[in-house]
Amino acid sequence: MINKTSLSLALWLLCLGNVSAESVFVTLENDNALAVVDPIAGKLIKTMPIGQRPRGIAISPDHKFLYIATSDDNTIKIIDASTFKELGHLPSGKDPETFALNPAGNRIYVSNEDDNLVTVIDVPNKKAIKQIKVGVEPEGITVSPDNRWLVSASETTNMVHWIDTKTNTIVENTLVDPRPRAVSFTADSQQLWVSSEMAGSVMVLDANNQQLIKTIKFEISGITADKIQPVGIVIDKQRHRAYVALGPANRVAVINAQSFEVEKILLVGQRVWNLAFSPDQKRLYTTNGTSNDISIIDIDSQTVTKSIGVGTYPWGVAVKP
Amino acid sequence: MFVNPLKLTTNNLFAKKTMPSINLPNRILISLLYFLLISTMHPAYAKAKFSINIAYLSQEQKIPPQLSNLDPFVKDKGLKGAELGIADDNTTGEFTGQQFNLVKFIVPLEGNIVDTFNKDIANKFQYVIVNLNAEQLNTLADLPAAKNMLLFDVATLDDALRNEQCRSNVLHLLPNRAMRADALAQYMLKKRWNKWFLVIGNSPEDRLYADALKRSAKRFGIKIVTEKTWEHTYDARKTTQSDIAVFTQVDDYDVLVVADEHGEFGEYLDYRTWLARPIIGTQGLIASAWHKTHEQWGAIQMQNRFKDKAGRWMEEQDYGAYLATRALGEATTRSVSTELSLIKAYLLSPAFALNGYTGAPLSFRSWDGQLRMPVLLAAPRSLVAVAPIEGFLHPKTELDTLGYDQAESHCQWTPQ
Repeated sequence: MINKTSLSLALWLLCLGNVSAESVFVTLENDNALAVVDPIAGKLIKTMPIGQRPRGIAISPDHKFLYIATSDDNTIKIIDASTFKELGHLPSGKDPETFALNPAGNRIYVSNEDDNLVTVIDVPNKKAIKQIKVGVEPEGITVSPDNRWLVSASETTNMVHWIDTKTNTIVENTLVDPRPRAVSFTADSQQLWVSSEMAGSVMVLDANNQQLIKTIKFEISGITADKIQPVGIVIDKQRHRAYVALGPANRVAVINAQSFEVEKILLVGQRVWNLAFSPDQKRLYTTNGTSNDISIIDIDSQTVTKSIGVGTYPWGVAVKP
Repeated sequence: MFVNPLKLTTNNLFAKKTMPSINLPNRILISLLYFLLISTMHPAYAKAKFSINIAYLSQEQKIPPQLSNLDPFVKDKGLKGAELGIADDNTTGEFTGQQFNLVKFIVPLEGNIVDTFNKDIANKFQYVIVNLNAEQLNTLADLPAAKNMLLFDVATLDDALRNEQCRSNVLHLLPNRAMRADALAQYMLKKRWNKWFLVIGNSPEDRLYADALKRSAKRFGIKIVTEKTWEHTYDARKTTQSDIAVFTQVDDYDVLVVADEHGEFGEYLDYRTWLARPIIGTQGLIASAWHKTHEQWGAIQMQNRFKDKAGRWMEEQDYGAYLATRALGEATTRSVSTELSLIKAYLLSPAFALNGYTGAPLSFRSWDGQLRMPVLLAAPRSLVAVAPIEGFLHPKTELDTLGYDQAESHCQWTPQ
């Protein structure tokens, strides 16, 4: 008995020691809440109300602020990443879902799905400075690490729009496989990876000429092709591997980012949606939409080490070191 | 035949995938065309400027005798969906240089659809969205003028049109009765409610739906304990309370399955049966391609966009017509052509994958032209399930557990 108590105490002290450790933030679409997870301890630390239907989430480059799209409030909230106090909100336009923060952290680009627009927000001044007309139902959006390109993917138009960040105008459009969802640049800004939910594919485009380099398809024994619906994509900094969430296939694909071969398929939670690396790239966090948890993938061993219940409809994920 | 090339990332894929199903001379022709396309691709975005004209053909309907005043009569079912689809196609077209034009032809109640077709549509349009009944559809499909056309059927549910009566110049955008009945049967099997009491109305359509339900019951090992034809009044104010109680005194069953497509009595059954049993079929829990309770997979955006445009909920025919225009939009963009044979080959190829906001890519069955699609199972104010139900497996796609699979099909397309 005494042993158990002292053990708990020791564990508790250990946790206290880790207070400043990495935090994983997960938006819970159905709970109108934000979950805070300690991924090292593998524990849900707390959940707090955050606004109506929170989806997209990003952390500022200095890790001080969280930006959270609360879709049914028609705004993006600015939250202090340590105290979780609401500091203000940004004019996101109607029903914001996904958005992208530029590398400098002073621009946010929002997909306005219902209006076929991308809204450009000046973050320090909290002002919308431009609306760019794009295809039908824009969803995936990203800024290249070199800040040259803003790319917006239109789900119904089946197109990625290449927008010059200096002029905020479209300079190029590339047709892609049906229902593009996520767009993600490699760290060197040379490639754009695009997931297509209805075609079950990932396309790798050359950022220099906007041409296709490779279409990656997935095969999983025991799962029919139409269940394989790629969504979130992350690529490691060294461009060794890319990880793709396969939605209702409940799996994450591990892709060799040099040869584009699918190396491994990892079983995670149900309807896996968005992905984020830990800052040291040792772990990958996945939000699992219908099993109400997140999975932690250990990158070195390429295995799923843990799943942590967080609340209903986990959607977006952001990580603070 | 071909217009300026667009910057397409899927050209090769399409060419490769569709090849086996196209005969040799065409294969060579298409290979040549794709070679041309690829060799002329320019790094800058080459804007192809071409327009595609689509006709929408429907006929005014008699306002049916209303069972209740709750549901207003919708006059333009179908048309509003086509209009939204064209608007979406044109938004894409702004980036690709394509212009889609929809021209509507609504034949008056006493008018003649064949006259309108021959006079206004033949030789002017190759693509026609047809919102008419089964008999009218095949009358048009068999006209000499329709030989080099593609008709998009957004109204019929008839299994015969996907089997013995199929036409190679027709694509069907709504699930047929067999698909709906299979969707219900799968869910009933999951619930283990596998003893059915089948109640059939008096219209020919009711009997067709009942046939589909019987086929599904046999397919999924469900027992129809009792089958009865409705023989009472269609007026709730009279003796419904006692009529239904007496009518439903039959051997024990799990669910009452009703086939009443015109809604003449089906709504009266609930809460009035002798035993406390749920109602499914054409009333109660229904099987449908689209429903106002459906919100998943981006459907909420679709519902909102439609309501903003039409000022009402999206009906099934609207959904069918939306999908028809979107399918055409996709096919023209992907095949960089308005040429009928290429568009049709693309639509029937494995490369075609259309989003229908129902969680699975939609495509056409190459053996009967039916759109392969999920079927929603909906109660009046809640979405209960989406078929195919988990656990019903298929080697190619679980969507083919609904309706007539290739091996069961009696459709033999005669080459046009």
